[in-house]
Amino acid sequence: MTEFQELNHVDPPADLHHDDSIGVLQTSLSPKRMAAKRFVNHRAAFVSAIVLTMIIIFVVLSPITARYGINESIFKAEAGHPNQNLAPFNLAWFGTDSNGRDLYSRIIYGAQVSLMIGLFTAIGSVLLGTLVGGLAGYKGGWLDDILMRVTDIYLALPLLVVLVIVRGMLKNVDWVTAIMGDTSSVRFLVILLTVVGWMGVARLIRGQVKQLKEREFIEAARALGASSSRIMFRHLLPNSVGQIMVALTFAVVGAISAEATLSFFGFGPDAGSGMTSLGLLIRDSKKAVPPGYWWLVVFPGVFFIILSLCINFIGDGLRDAVDPKMQQEVK
Amino acid sequence: MLRFIVRRLLWAIPTLFIVTFVVYCALRLATNPLASYARANPRVAKDPEKMAQYVETNGLWPGFSGYVRGYFVWLKGFVTGNWQVSIKGSRPVWPNLKIALVNTIRLGLLAVMVSIPIGLSLGIFAALKPGRLRDTAVNTGAIIGFSVQPFISAIILQLFFGVQWAKWFGEPLLPTSGLYPPGHQGFDPVLMLKYMILPVIVVSIQSIASYSRYMRASLLDVLNSDYLRTARSKGISERRVLVKHALRNAMIPIVTLAALDIGAIVGGLIISEAVFDYPGMGVFFLNAQSNGDFPELMPWMVIITSSVILFNLLADLAYAWLDPRIRLD
Amino acid sequence: MTAPVVEVANLTKEFTVKSSHGLRVIRRTVHAVSDVSLTVPSGKTVGLVGESGSGKTTVGRCILRLIEPTAGSVKFQGTELVGLPAKDLRKLRRSMQIVFQDPYASLDPKMTIGASIAEPLQIQKVEGNHQDRVAELLELVGLAPDHARRFPHEFSGGQRQRVGVARALALNPSFIVLDEPVSALDVSIQAGVVNLLQDLQEQLGLSYLFIAHDLSVVRHISDSVAVMYLGKVVEVGPAEELYSASAHPYTRALLSAVPQADPIVERERQRIMLQGEVPSPINPPSGCRFRTRCPMAQEICSVEEPALIDRGQGHPVACHFAEAVAVTLGSNVSA
Repeated sequence: MTEFQELNHVDPPADLHHDDSIGVLQTSLSPKRMAAKRFVNHRAAFVSAIVLTMIIIFVVLSPITARYGINESIFKAEAGHPNQNLAPFNLAWFGTDSNGRDLYSRIIYGAQVSLMIGLFTAIGSVLLGTLVGGLAGYKGGWLDDILMRVTDIYLALPLLVVLVIVRGMLKNVDWVTAIMGDTSSVRFLVILLTVVGWMGVARLIRGQVKQLKEREFIEAARALGASSSRIMFRHLLPNSVGQIMVALTFAVVGAISAEATLSFFGFGPDAGSGMTSLGLLIRDSKKAVPPGYWWLVVFPGVFFIILSLCINFIGDGLRDAVDPKMQQEVK
Repeated sequence: MLRFIVRRLLWAIPTLFIVTFVVYCALRLATNPLASYARANPRVAKDPEKMAQYVETNGLWPGFSGYVRGYFVWLKGFVTGNWQVSIKGSRPVWPNLKIALVNTIRLGLLAVMVSIPIGLSLGIFAALKPGRLRDTAVNTGAIIGFSVQPFISAIILQLFFGVQWAKWFGEPLLPTSGLYPPGHQGFDPVLMLKYMILPVIVVSIQSIASYSRYMRASLLDVLNSDYLRTARSKGISERRVLVKHALRNAMIPIVTLAALDIGAIVGGLIISEAVFDYPGMGVFFLNAQSNGDFPELMPWMVIITSSVILFNLLADLAYAWLDPRIRLD
Repeated sequence: MTAPVVEVANLTKEFTVKSSHGLRVIRRTVHAVSDVSLTVPSGKTVGLVGESGSGKTTVGRCILRLIEPTAGSVKFQGTELVGLPAKDLRKLRRSMQIVFQDPYASLDPKMTIGASIAEPLQIQKVEGNHQDRVAELLELVGLAPDHARRFPHEFSGGQRQRVGVARALALNPSFIVLDEPVSALDVSIQAGVVNLLQDLQEQLGLSYLFIAHDLSVVRHISDSVAVMYLGKVVEVGPAEELYSASAHPYTRALLSAVPQADPIVERERQRIMLQGEVPSPINPPSGCRFRTRCPMAQEICSVEEPALIDRGQGHPVACHFAEAVAVTLGSNVSA
């Protein structure tokens, strides 16, 4: 056995240079840690992650961070001393709306609802999309064919049209409304967005699984007698975690944008009892354009842009971290 | 080549049948045309006989078999030119739909003409020095572009160029709504162009972002390929490498993308049309939708789906024509 | 001679490939393996050689039923594998294993080396301390036990291939398919891995099916060799006999491509250059599949398929002109 032991000492440096994605060989970094390192090196993504965390803290701590209640006027309007449509000043940093409510506080409340819708929809879409996409990618066959055909057509149609038509369909089927609640409820909206949103995720995961399936380590597991479910849960899914995270991130932006679009056209959640969302705030700003109440237009809009920008950057950074191929090309 | 085209066109026909049938079922379920009709004509709604007659002439029978029969009734009317009249106002659908279609195509083509050159130039600019400042700037700009939802950019532009500008300088810099000033008669391209500037900007922001990213990725792919390395090692000048080899090959996926993009125009401008009150397909859809006007929505959907299918075909053809590796047999 | 571990009879595998042209889908049949018969004696190594696309890898996968054969029979220690229920097959997988070509792709990048080697023990629910067994296996293949905590990307190709071997050995198999185990490695490392495999065979009494794309690698380790071309076995025989007295023009061509260490012999080496490309297995040539590239092809070759029989060479050859090969193409170069 001496012969190969000798060779064994020669062999690490011999093709060390093949592994260009590694960096340092001595330190034992797990793939997870390496991805984390690449993410931190993506400056925009890192900054975005910090900003988003701050936004989330602000939104979660709304009892402390919001200055007024959700439906509360900044003060009681009196003759010659109105509280409506006031430009920003010390009592209302972002001004007040047509009901005399503090826009700053309402953006926090709105972000709460929007982020919740985004998160729940994203989780739902990712669960459903991973299941269907993973199955279609792994098993292939008719399931795969159908998935591809349906999503082809769906992706070709304008999102708003799909949302409006599916919304109308769900609304008119009695047993669906029994489960989903009224069309203006948040639950209905989350389910609607999930029903439409999972397809993009499914395509992404399908592609990833199809690619992984061809790798020899999957075949190795089969040769060891591993069951399909073991291959799915121990090999395919762990190796897709990165892609799933990326899909999740983009699903959140997709959902909050879709919520905003629907709200903008009056298909959003019900604003009764003062409840609001970023989409509803932006819809209200439409009315503020002609009289020139600029704060009602600028603050919700810019806040929304910052929020989606952060999530998009994070998604971009995650994608680079998970799939370093693009960066290597750059080198 | 000709055989390929003919065969693909023949294939498009059954596809259209299936798609229109699915759309028919979805729309009937979503709009409930009978209820919409009753809402629009409360007096007729009280007369069960007239309602039954409406069901018969328009094929609005319930149940799956009713949907199938109704689809063929609709199809026959559609193909023979006897379109169902709109529910609201009982008008023929085509004249208004035609105007909306022409307006949208105008806006969409203008936006494509603006966004493709800008987007591609940015993408090339970034890909030439990958990893450098300009690359980062274009990439970051693209992500910002993606994040600016059209309804937000639309109202902010409206506020700035319409209202605030008027406050500061006396009159708005650009018109912010409609296609012509109220009461205008006739066709005036220059005036119309002025009304289209803001909608075009809104539509272009996201397309410029996506074109620049695709172009960058596609060009980088080609620049890193082995055959280009070979061309370089042969001593061909960098400029010639870029123009003769790289750009030409990098454009192949872009042409496909552009074809698909143009196919999506007719239905894809809803948001900016709605904000700027631009009388195109989007506004047509939103109005018809709010009335539950099935006879108006159905041809609308047929137009946008056929456009998607047709341009898909064109994209395939363009791809096959440009990429010699694809054989047409 | 002991009873064979693996007996393959008339194995055939056809794939259906779908190519989609937009909405149109074309189905075509690929004849990957046609009527292949092989025997692997216990404790011996059979080499299976052919160019890429010859179907040699498919044969290996079919034996382990990683791919379902279209027709034919595969017997493993007397048990028919084709049609065996999944449950029984899973049990049998303990005794037959595979080492893959690409050590970069055959280990799950998200699992530590230890977890990868322990996986077979988990899957087959082996009793006892898995950690100890992993350490033992790592030492057996010439790695350190504390490598178990590391991830595949920290290892070189040769080391990874050793891990692949350790994983294949975990369940004490009696038969291993070696699917080009060294062709992805640097030449300097190849010898080390081949020696390891030989040592393990001696120690553990393993039987191998060694798949390779050139004859030089197989020569040292194989007891007998089968040469495949376009899904068919064209010549099979004891290793030394094949090298000294090959009787198929294709085997000759393969042999003539092997460079010789001795410079004098190397200078004399006559290379038989094969013309053209390997034909597509979608549309294999009629008659003898090699005829389109064969320097000796005659009319009969396109009409009648030569049977794989002994024509007086001492081993089976599938060529109408087996007797004439030595005369026409000169004496064997590597004799």
